[in-house]
Amino acid sequence: MARNSPRDIEVKAFATHHVITQPNPLRKVLRRVEEKDMDDPVGRAEQALAGLSSEFKDWMAVEAGRLAAAYAAVQKDGFTKEARDELFRAAHDIKGDAATFGYPSAAVIAESLCRVIEHAPDLAKVPGELFSHHINAIQAIVHENTRLDSLSVSGELSRRLRRVADDYLAHVNRDRPEHLEAILAPSIVPGD
Amino acid sequence: MFRIDFNKLRFLVCDDNPHMRRILRTLLHSFGAREVYEAEDGATALEMYSHYVPDIVITDWAMPIFDGLELAQMIRQPESKGNPYAPIIMLTGHSEKRRVTVARDAGVTEFLAKPISAKGLYQRILNVVANPRPFIKTKTYFGPDRRRNTSSAYMGPERRVGEKHEVLQQPSLLDKARSSI
Repeated sequence: MARNSPRDIEVKAFATHHVITQPNPLRKVLRRVEEKDMDDPVGRAEQALAGLSSEFKDWMAVEAGRLAAAYAAVQKDGFTKEARDELFRAAHDIKGDAATFGYPSAAVIAESLCRVIEHAPDLAKVPGELFSHHINAIQAIVHENTRLDSLSVSGELSRRLRRVADDYLAHVNRDRPEHLEAILAPSIVPGD
Repeated sequence: MFRIDFNKLRFLVCDDNPHMRRILRTLLHSFGAREVYEAEDGATALEMYSHYVPDIVITDWAMPIFDGLELAQMIRQPESKGNPYAPIIMLTGHSEKRRVTVARDAGVTEFLAKPISAKGLYQRILNVVANPRPFIKTKTYFGPDRRRNTSSAYMGPERRVGEKHEVLQQPSLLDKARSSI
């Protein structure tokens, strides 16, 4: 673990706030190297990640199965807090992981599903097809990816689902400006 | 040009998703890290934080029961026995600007939106190691300075006010961390 020599933290006290500075406790892990240094930790990590890629299809199938199970629980018990939270987390994990696993369209569909769960004023009143279409589309992309023209079909599917979900959210949130603002706000992820 | 000796850093990774933990572990080990501790929820992470005193925390946001935001808030307790200053990198599927603001106001040091990349993670780690920001304590906030830039051209009300400052001496961070083990 990086250690610093014991030195005092300096606190500057102002009327409304304190500014606390300390010697950088991690500075000892920084090492100056020549510009021509050939070590490439990022390249090494990318290679290691590529080495995991043979497992990604199985991992994605697990994530898609978890999402389907979460929705089955909702269909059985309704939108209890527990069921709602698990459905959201399952969709949210796919939103975050699927592009890394090689399923970018599944990530877009999962994001659309997350938005529905997060911004619909009453989940029990959301048409069931809106959920099932999202979940079935993710399942199809994951399980039948080899038979789909992944770029055109799954891309078009994800765009259409997002459009339908956004239209629904804009309608049901027409009197809820804070949600409308959040729905319309751009993503911070480049290329979204 | 600077490089990081990752083998001298201790990481705590908190994510409820085992696949993401595996990816993070793979990336950190590839960077050269040896000490990577993993927790699958915020409560376990908080215990491990006190026990292992990591240099850097990487946490997911959305987790059951005790999420990454609450973890950040628990770590950023200025009166706590442990180290409230460790850099926290929030690695999350949330990609809305308002989420970044909420994370920042909870004391998160860096925000990294998924999908994860080796480059993105490395840059965030490099930033917290090479460019630590001072901490600010107000009635409602304790965490890294939320102002990353100063602008001499700023026109508008000042959120921070005050006369000439006084300097208070505090126990060293190292002593504080040691006493908590």
